[in-house]
Amino acid sequence: MSVNQESGQEAIRRRSWRDIDLRAVAPFVALALLLLVGALVNPNFISINNLANVATRSAFIAIIAVGATFVISSGDLDLSVGAMVAFIASLMILFMNSGVIADPVLMLLAAILFTIVAGALCGLTNGLITTVGKIEPFIATLGTMGIYRGLTTWLSQGGAITLKEPQLQEMYRPAYFGTIAGVPVPIVAILAVTAVAAFILYRTRYGRHVVAVGSNRDVARYSGISVNRVRTIAFVIQGLCVAAAVLLYVPRLGSTSATTGILWELQAITAVVVGGTALKGGAGRVWGTICGAFILELVGNIMLLSNFISEYLIGAIQGAIIIIAMLVQRSLVRKS
Amino acid sequence: MKTEVVDGAPVVLSARRISKSFSGVQVLFSVDFELRQGEIHALMGENGAGKSTLVKILSGFEQPTSGEILFDGKSVKLPPNGAAEALGIVMIHQEFNLAEHLTVTESLFLGREVTRFGVLDRKFMRAETRRVLDLLGSHVDERAMIGSLSIAEKQMVEIAKAISRDARVVFMDEPTAVLSREETNFLFRLVRKLRDKGTSFVFVSHKLDEVMELTDRVTVLRDGQWIKTAPTSILDGEAIAQLMVGRELSSLYPAKTEPDVDEEVVLRVNSVSTGYVRDASFEVRRGEILGFSGLIGSGRTELMEAIVGLRSHLTGEVLVRGQPVPSGDVHAVNKAGLAYMTKDRKAKGLLLNAGMMANLTLQSLGRHSRLGYLDPASEDAALVRARRRFDIRVRDDRIVAGRMSGGNQQKLLLAKVMETDPGIIIIDEPTRGIDVGTKQQIYHFISALARDGRAIIVVSSEMPEIIGLCSRVVVMREGHIAGILEGDEISEQEIMRYAAGLKKKTAA
Repeated sequence: MSVNQESGQEAIRRRSWRDIDLRAVAPFVALALLLLVGALVNPNFISINNLANVATRSAFIAIIAVGATFVISSGDLDLSVGAMVAFIASLMILFMNSGVIADPVLMLLAAILFTIVAGALCGLTNGLITTVGKIEPFIATLGTMGIYRGLTTWLSQGGAITLKEPQLQEMYRPAYFGTIAGVPVPIVAILAVTAVAAFILYRTRYGRHVVAVGSNRDVARYSGISVNRVRTIAFVIQGLCVAAAVLLYVPRLGSTSATTGILWELQAITAVVVGGTALKGGAGRVWGTICGAFILELVGNIMLLSNFISEYLIGAIQGAIIIIAMLVQRSLVRKS
Repeated sequence: MKTEVVDGAPVVLSARRISKSFSGVQVLFSVDFELRQGEIHALMGENGAGKSTLVKILSGFEQPTSGEILFDGKSVKLPPNGAAEALGIVMIHQEFNLAEHLTVTESLFLGREVTRFGVLDRKFMRAETRRVLDLLGSHVDERAMIGSLSIAEKQMVEIAKAISRDARVVFMDEPTAVLSREETNFLFRLVRKLRDKGTSFVFVSHKLDEVMELTDRVTVLRDGQWIKTAPTSILDGEAIAQLMVGRELSSLYPAKTEPDVDEEVVLRVNSVSTGYVRDASFEVRRGEILGFSGLIGSGRTELMEAIVGLRSHLTGEVLVRGQPVPSGDVHAVNKAGLAYMTKDRKAKGLLLNAGMMANLTLQSLGRHSRLGYLDPASEDAALVRARRRFDIRVRDDRIVAGRMSGGNQQKLLLAKVMETDPGIIIIDEPTRGIDVGTKQQIYHFISALARDGRAIIVVSSEMPEIIGLCSRVVVMREGHIAGILEGDEISEQEIMRYAAGLKKKTAA
């Protein structure tokens, strides 16, 4: 009798092991391995200081990639995010330089609000072009990527746009360099954005709709879901995330140029894919995405500390990572 | 009519003690199967009995966990992914394996294109395709795009493909599910002709009458086990059904209940037209089961999709309990209490990669959330309720919908639609591709829903189903409502007369 019970429990345990979704776990395993490799390469690597530094630097990509998780889960793609960062950051600085509001505190608050609205509008534009215009998201956002980038170049006349007001700059600096309870602000921002995003994706009706639309548009439509609305809102969320990244980016340098955010779309998409979100839609993993962004930054950091590989190869390494991630993802799917 | 297969005709393909498990769950238990040269062998069983798995193993798409396959008496390991076609073992899938953007000729020669001096010999391939299609008596244009063909024509192309590859063994999984009666007859003539030339067929179907008509021998599986193999001539439909279910089948259809004449009219459709459907008007009362019959392509589904807002209608109006509903707005129509259950459960009904719960509540998330925030406990309760109410039986609670049997998928889809608590339900092909036991259950669910005071529209190509369930029947033909039958008028002959255009509606 007791033997029987034991074997029953054994079966349950074995089953729960098998039920672990390898795709969800894989990015965290990869992260752990990287930390191990880093520690072996250079003992300074594993210090809290260095790791906090890496996390801080991954903030832009991580926050943008959280938005990309929504777009990709709903079966679309946004290539314009890098250009959008440059464009919105330029707009924000120009707005602050315009001096329409005299009081610096009010000015800063207005600029923040302005940035958020601009981000939402840029995302909405992408969304409407893909859904109402019925253009493949790849092409639509390739087009807006050119537009946002071109507008930035035009606004900056090929040079840089710099925040002029020293008082504003001084007041805004802590938004990137400050700490909250000892934790750098960008890390707090990553956690906050991710927590909100995870809540939306996993715990709300809209999140469920995103996944349904991404896995089968017909099923979603036949279930009374307004497919185009869900897709458009995902693009708007992407725009808001870009705006959030800009809010961290501007205080860091107080300046933008036509080359700001170059290839960030590649990094954001890589972070999403490394994090285990299926590129063909239908499964979103927000925490995985953060893990992916962190992995990308860690790889760069290890290269810098190790002297094995030239840091000029970092783009090539990141390109290789996305391909490897896709291969791993596919082999895991086949196994399960 | 039927030529008896000589006992002792050589065995082409056989399975010995085949077992198969999927991630620890055994679905086939030491099954034996034997296919003789030049016979049509029916493989029957309820959903989940293991028919599809056995067919996949015998055609190389799955490898058995244990057991052995003999081809021409020699033990073989069949190559995977359809490579067994080279041996003459061809599988015609339920879901067609045709690329929409290729022409008929290109599809037929896909992967074995004929070349002359390294250049595609299109002329030869076209002529050869024409020859095979003519042999089948098909009028399909060999230059037509696959995407432009009807489902029946696609089926024809699949069969032409099999023939052009000199198939010795052909597996057909539910080949007639999407065919009209005439097309089915045509297919059967063809299969017999090929059988007489020595080709062997394995015919998987739920339609007992077709099995009786076409096949030489029957093998019945139940719960993954071999139950019986016998010549079709010594069995009758009732006997086969009992072997499949393993219990006596009480009457397939529940007793009809007709609504009172003064029952409230809950759905009124006034001269709705779409691109194809013209001027359709009808009404349904509370507690009524209204049937929609007609040939494939008569516009039934298009009309229903227009009524529920999946496509917009050009003219006319739809009134739910006297209130007009907007055209082309599924959500609003759904909210008004009118729901549509698609006939295409795999492509339009269920998220195959998602679990039961995500599917069940997808259409009714508003009921399980407050201010958009989901309430998992409420969802769990809904799943428990739905599984009990619709008798959804699965071995593993976390199974994804795509891995469930057809019958359970259909029950889940019905449960999903019923989660929105609609007063009017349009069910398109309620029992396509599911076994007789589950069919009976679904008929009883439908009947119970009507007794509950809901109005139900059943769209079906299966005549017995329409006749067995419905108290009134609308017959459609070429986009028009050809007639509405009541009471004793509801018979196969009468429906056929309207469907074929021999009779037209006298009074609406």
